[in-house]
Parts: sequence; structure tokens; C-alpha cells
Amino acid sequence: MAVTLEDVKRVANLARIEISNDEAHTTLDQITGIFSLIEQMELVDTSKVAPMSHAQGVEQRLRKDEVTEIDQHKLFQLQAPKTEAKLYLVPKVIE
Amino acid sequence: MFNSSLNQLSTLLATKRVSSIELTRDFLRNIKSLNKEYNAFITVNEEMSLDQARIADAMIASGEGSPLTGIPIAHKDIFCTKGWLTTCGSKMLSNFISPYDAHVIELFNKAGTVNIGKTNMDEFAMGSSNETSFYGPVKNPWDILSVPGGSSGGSACAVAARMAPAATGTDTGGSIRQPASLCGVSGIKPTYGLVSRYGMIAFASSLDQGGPIAKSAADLALMLNVMVGFDARDSTSLQHENEDYTRELKGPIEGLRIGLPKEYFAEGLSDDVSRAVDAAIAEYSKLGAKIIEVSLPNTKLSIPVYYVLAPAEASSNLSRFDGVRYGHRSEEYNNLDDMYLKSRTQGFGAEVKRRILIGTYVLSHGYYDAYYIKAQKLRRLIAQDFTEVFKQCDVIMGPTSPSVAFSLGEKSNDPLQMYLSDAYTAAASLAGLPGMSIPVGFGKKNRPVGLHIIGNYFAEAKILNIAHQFQQVTDWHTKMPDIKKL
Repeated sequence: MAVTLEDVKRVANLARIEISNDEAHTTLDQITGIFSLIEQMELVDTSKVAPMSHAQGVEQRLRKDEVTEIDQHKLFQLQAPKTEAKLYLVPKVIE
Repeated sequence: MFNSSLNQLSTLLATKRVSSIELTRDFLRNIKSLNKEYNAFITVNEEMSLDQARIADAMIASGEGSPLTGIPIAHKDIFCTKGWLTTCGSKMLSNFISPYDAHVIELFNKAGTVNIGKTNMDEFAMGSSNETSFYGPVKNPWDILSVPGGSSGGSACAVAARMAPAATGTDTGGSIRQPASLCGVSGIKPTYGLVSRYGMIAFASSLDQGGPIAKSAADLALMLNVMVGFDARDSTSLQHENEDYTRELKGPIEGLRIGLPKEYFAEGLSDDVSRAVDAAIAEYSKLGAKIIEVSLPNTKLSIPVYYVLAPAEASSNLSRFDGVRYGHRSEEYNNLDDMYLKSRTQGFGAEVKRRILIGTYVLSHGYYDAYYIKAQKLRRLIAQDFTEVFKQCDVIMGPTSPSVAFSLGEKSNDPLQMYLSDAYTAAASLAGLPGMSIPVGFGKKNRPVGLHIIGNYFAEAKILNIAHQFQQVTDWHTKMPDIKKL
């Protein structure tokens, strides 16, 4: 399953990262090297092994459905690039 | 003063032979004279530090102090700290003044410690040399031509160069242990889930774990006493009964069974590191420990598995950086999609982009089972290896890093070689086990060597005891680099 230049461009677009043709070539070289290491995973038979997503195997804790947050929009929006009327401003999407 | 243990500083403060204000000023002075050279701190704010020192002195005066009250602590710039610039080593967050405190910061504030500054790190904790930081590389105080390790390189450097008595760090695949090893200091990554991830900027959530870096095991125990604690805001925080991590320090280790995985002493390990580690193991024999050869057969898979899982989780975690609510937004853009694209392209550095691309690829349609699920299955096999080995021994030892600190620039253009720096540390991270590194000597060019100690789940007090006993009969942990300006 060799990674191709098209793959690099496709995932860059999915990840919303701009990549020039030159950068795509360099990235492909580097990623190919990394995947040559990753491919070692194929050598082990894991057909009878269950995936492990978490070290402790704990169950998701649930909490009461109640409001725990207070309104801090003024504080939080100090960090925002652009706001207006308590809202975060982004370029217009719907005309 | 600068070589004092946390216990000694605590006594000086409690008996009012020194005030927190004086102590804080002394360490700030060190930072001022040394940081230009070492670049260990991204942010220092004398006024805010001294405000905390004043509070600490008042706490001590009114008898409300605890063991670390008044002691300056450096915090890795991954921990959100209210009112402080919190960058995670990235241009993306180079304008981010955190509006809240991470749980770890809350705990240190409650204990009355002084935040002495925010330490440099690899961008978003992705790196093993501190060279991926937007704020430039940190220098290793033992040899300024070499790297301090990463990603908690600023924290390890700050402790080694006596710019802070102790520091916080985080470890995803070795980011506390490897820099501690390369800088000749001690560091511990606790069992996954003991230290809350709330407000710790996420890299790979199933692996990320906070922990301390300090000069000795005894200091680490005092730091853990503050840092560990259940926090409902972290969904994987463990409801574990509070422990006193200093309680076992003084116990004898006679009869201790030390397992040496043969895979940790195989091809790829440098001779100089091997020699220092062997000498440390011999010291443990003298202390009455039994040395047993064990095997962790899936060791060689830990790097491939880690470099699937960590980038996969990173690509998901870092999707939050879109230039809308906080962080960098491009000056110019044509539409919403273009704003995302330009903001992210400008805000992230090369290594972060590389990992996002790898992560996006292994999670994408058609590859998910072959890479991501496969890696999760192998993760179980790696964890099971440890379960089997802990039936034969009490603790596992080996080198923390395959070589001493490498030179600046030596591996920065070769990601594959850089990734292999974590060859011995990634497996314990994948299994969620506690691991630590303590200094045990010097290798090539007088660069430090670290001994890696891996314990079973929740065996922090035990491995701290094992490290402390070694530090009672050796003096590697008291060695310090040649810092002329002190």
C-alpha cells in the first residue's frame, strides 16, 4: 500500500493544509520512509486480538444532565480574532 | 540554594530563613542571565511570579503552607495558565492568553507554589529534540551544541541549568523521560489517568500524561503529591485513592526483582549508553536486587504502532485550530474554507503538518482498518507483553534513550531517525504504565545517560523508592553542568 503523491494532496485537502507541488514531493518522500516502518505491523497476525483504545479499559463516566458552566463569553471572546454581538465572525457562507 | 532539594527549600521557607519573594527573585535572576543562551523559557513574567510569591509568604506566615508552598516551579507551555501566554510552542497559539487554568495549574496554585515561567517545547509536543518549537530550539546545558531532548526540553533544561528547582512536563511517547535523560535530570510519567488532562493542550489523548521533572526521585515524589488527583472534567481521569508518593522512598530494595528486556539491549543501543546503564544495574545488584533477563517480544512494533495512533489522534485533536474562536487567523482570505486553509497552513510548523497528514491518511476511508485498527490491536499485544513480564519481575529497567543527546540539526531533517529516539519509551506509553528516567552517568562528549525504570500500574511510589535508593548510594543526580554565570 504505497502512499502516492495523489494521496498526499488528498489528505492535505481533507486536513485543510495548503501544500505546494514541491512540498507534496518532499512530504511524500518523508512519509514513504515512515510508512516503511509502519508496514512492519503487517507481519503480525492479529486476527484474534481485540483493538485497545485506552490503557485502563475504563468505562465512560456519566454525569448528571445539569448546567455546570457559567456564561463567560466576554472572557473567552477576548481571544477571538473577530466577534460582534457575542458572535464569532467568519466570512459569509450563505448569500 | 540552587542545588537544594525541594525538601531543603521547604524547610528554609517554613523556618523563615528565606522568603518566597527572595527565592523567586533568585531564580528569576538565573533565568535572566541564562535564558538567552539556553532558550528554555518562552514566557517569564516577573510581576505575576512575585505576586504569587507574596501570596505564598502570607500563607506560610499564617501557617497555611504545605510542603511546596513558596517554591518556584516552571510549567511546560502546554498547560493553560490563566492570564499567561500559553503557546504550546506554536505560532498557532502565539497570541493566546489563556482565560482559564489547567487542573494541574489549579493544584499547584492551591499548594501555593510560584509559577516561575512557561517552558519551551516542541510544537504541540511533537518532537524529540525541541527543534520544532516556533520559539526556536532549546540548548542542552551540558553541551550547547546538542539538543535537550523533547518535547519537554525547556523543562528539563530549566531544571538542569538551575533556572527552576522543578518543572512540569507531559509525556505522550517519551516527552518527559527522554529530555530528562538527555539533560541529566530525573523525570516520571505516571500511570495514564492519574494526572488530569484538563487544560493540557491535547496531542494524542489516549497517551498524553502530565508529570514532573526534578533533580531527584525524592523531589519528584513531592511534585506528584501535588499533581495527581481525580478531575471530573477529564473523561479518562482515574478515581484513584490519593497516595503519599514519598511514603516508600526509604524502604530497602533487597530482593527486588529487576527485569532486563533483552530487546532493550539489542542492536541500535550505543556503547556509551550501554556501559553506563550496565554500571547502574551492577549498583542495583550490590543493593541486593536480583537481575533477571526478560523478553518483551513486540518491542520493535512500538514505534510503528505509536506513529499510527499518535498522529491519528493528533489530526483529530488539532482540527479545532481553525482561526475562528482563538489562535492564529490569516490576515487575508477569500472565503471560509480559504480562511481555514490559510490560517492552519501559516499557524502550524512542518512537523505538526507532517503528523496531521499521516494521521488523516491512516484514518481515511479504505485505510482505517489496515492502519488504525491494526495498530490498536498491536497496542494490546504490547500491553500484554508487560503483563506477562510483571509476573516474573517487580520492575523493568533499561536505557531511556538509545544514545546520548544528539547534536542540534543532526536529525531535524530526518523524521524517521528522530522517531527512533522514542524506541524504548513509546511502549510504556502505549501500555499506560508509569515510567521514569534517572541520571546514571555520562557517555560520549560528557553528555548524560539516563536509566529507564518502568513499573506496573500505580507503582509510582515503588519506582520512586527504587530510584531514591540508587540516589542514596550514588551522586549522578547531584552533578550539574558547568554554568559559569551562577
